[in-house]
Amino acid sequence: MSKIFQHLVSSAVPVPIENIDTDQIIPARFLKATTRDGFGENLFRDWRFDANNQPKADFVLNNPIYSGKVLVAGKNFGCGSSREHAAWALADYGFKVVVSSFFADIFKNNALNNFILPVQVSETFLDKVFQAIEADPEAKIEVDLENQLIRIVASGEQESFDINAYKKTCLLNGYDDIDYLLSLRQDIEKYEGTRAFNF
Amino acid sequence: MGKTLFDKIWDSHIVMSKPEHPDAVYINTHFIHEVTSPQAFDGLRKRGIPVFRPQKTRATADHNVPTLEQHLPIKEALSRHQVEMLTKNTTEFGVELYGLGHPYQGIVHVIGPELGITLPGMTIVCGDSHTSTHGAFGAVAFGIGTSEVEQVLATQCILQYKPKRMKIAVNGTLKNGVLSKDIILYIISKISASGATGYFVEYAGDAIRNLSMEARMTICNMSIEMGARGGLIAPDETTFSYIKGRQFAPQGAEWDKALAYWKTLFSDDDAAFDKVLTFDAADIEPQITYGTNPGMGMGVTQHIPALDQVEEKERPSFKKSLEYMDLQPGSALLGKKIDYVFIGSCTNSRIEDLRLVADYVKGKRKADDVVVWIVPGSKQVEAQAKAEGIDKVFAAAGFQLREPGCSACLGMNEDKVPAGMYCISTSNRNFEGRQGPNARTFLASPLTAAAAALTGRVTDVREAFGH
Repeated sequence: MSKIFQHLVSSAVPVPIENIDTDQIIPARFLKATTRDGFGENLFRDWRFDANNQPKADFVLNNPIYSGKVLVAGKNFGCGSSREHAAWALADYGFKVVVSSFFADIFKNNALNNFILPVQVSETFLDKVFQAIEADPEAKIEVDLENQLIRIVASGEQESFDINAYKKTCLLNGYDDIDYLLSLRQDIEKYEGTRAFNF
Repeated sequence: MGKTLFDKIWDSHIVMSKPEHPDAVYINTHFIHEVTSPQAFDGLRKRGIPVFRPQKTRATADHNVPTLEQHLPIKEALSRHQVEMLTKNTTEFGVELYGLGHPYQGIVHVIGPELGITLPGMTIVCGDSHTSTHGAFGAVAFGIGTSEVEQVLATQCILQYKPKRMKIAVNGTLKNGVLSKDIILYIISKISASGATGYFVEYAGDAIRNLSMEARMTICNMSIEMGARGGLIAPDETTFSYIKGRQFAPQGAEWDKALAYWKTLFSDDDAAFDKVLTFDAADIEPQITYGTNPGMGMGVTQHIPALDQVEEKERPSFKKSLEYMDLQPGSALLGKKIDYVFIGSCTNSRIEDLRLVADYVKGKRKADDVVVWIVPGSKQVEAQAKAEGIDKVFAAAGFQLREPGCSACLGMNEDKVPAGMYCISTSNRNFEGRQGPNARTFLASPLTAAAAALTGRVTDVREAFGH
């Protein structure tokens, strides 16, 4: 896992389906590993492979004309289970950015904690991205975290996206939450001293 | 301006709040299980740090355990290794484990409340999205990812942005045959699987207030299925009498002090919510889902939406969903033949659920071609069911009473519904493949599931109550 994200220009893989839950991203039966590695081979397992483990030709990851580090998906991406394995699977497969018009909360945190950037765009801009990829499967998408901009390179159409300032700093510099929390140790102990009960 | 219950609890747990930063929130109770914790313990090892407050974390094995012959070694090697890693990690880091064979073992969201570990006013997290269940006690409880599990193990804190607040009031009286599961499925069907994303929900209104603790847990449990960060209910006498006397609950003078504090835990009359929704309990009939997310639900007598009733933009996903379910737009589900019945999961596997089902099926027999699995939520639920003779009612009905675990709710162990088959399930998710590759799930209440077990078909349970 690369612990930094700044700027990316890449072709993109479109999955224009809404409410993609984390059970689709990585089914539960593949959650038995006790390390973070190797989940990419089971990314979208049941959409990608049939019951005999043969690739399904109609699924986009099996279509060689689509590739890249950007996944573009319908609204409410990452809903359902809190399994961080979904973020690990996307990262292990090689995705650095997920573009959607809406993300589920827990997935968004999990993605950011794994230096995958969830880029939330308007429905209109999402449609434009899908159309650009449909017109040219190699269409390049540019994501500029410093300036919080996503751009369809060929047409120059762009939109700004939100990210909280703290997480942006973490991604740009490769900081993680535990380093920050560990630095608060004295404050944590002081807080504990103020509470009579454990609630 | 008054405060909401959520704000009262959240604000009193902030260790550090800096501009532009998420809040560092202190966590009172952290539950862990075998599936989402091993990588977090590895993280501690890599950093060379201990668990900061090991007595505030409790572990159990639930997601990936067999539900038959739990006294024997787990047959499947990867699952066995995962459960063994939990034992190794909890031993090494000094965390209490209620593993297989322990009388407290069970689904993490069933055992926390029944042991009196879950208390009003707490902040509670677990690497599982259904941690919202504990909100039924007036706790701020939510699911987290494994990196966040590592944060809590390392510092007893978590970094979170404060969500917005939503109030959902359900007023009036429920009709016969309508359970708390129907309330929450109804709400989700009205506001969609993403209708509460970004919010923490407080459930209120007399229909909620009149529910038992176990019924309240079912409601809070499914908060995540409409995208909410969590859901909670202000504690009251029902809450306090449920907690009193449980193994880890405060006792004596401690109880009196705790109770005095808990009685301050409610939303002030003038507290502001970012969004308020109101529903009438009388409008709710027994619910069933027809699609592949929990928002795709309806009353059991209703018809699946026709294509022209679905917004054009949503039609491709709608069609994909019904193709997976092999159902037609505009059709009814009543009378639809089913193959499996699963009564279990952190949503509906508690003793009240099992009692309701047993009362309903007593002296009756399941339909011949239906497989019925009853999976109790914990060893204590299982023992109680046996003490009450519920096991014998199930045996006589041809139902299989298995051992505690998450089981066919997520199809991680061997309890899977075969491809193409229909299962009426009391669990919380009807996603594609959730109960097994190509398995088809109808979510419903324990009563609706029990009725289907007897008839072999999707049934309106109210018929048995004479409406």
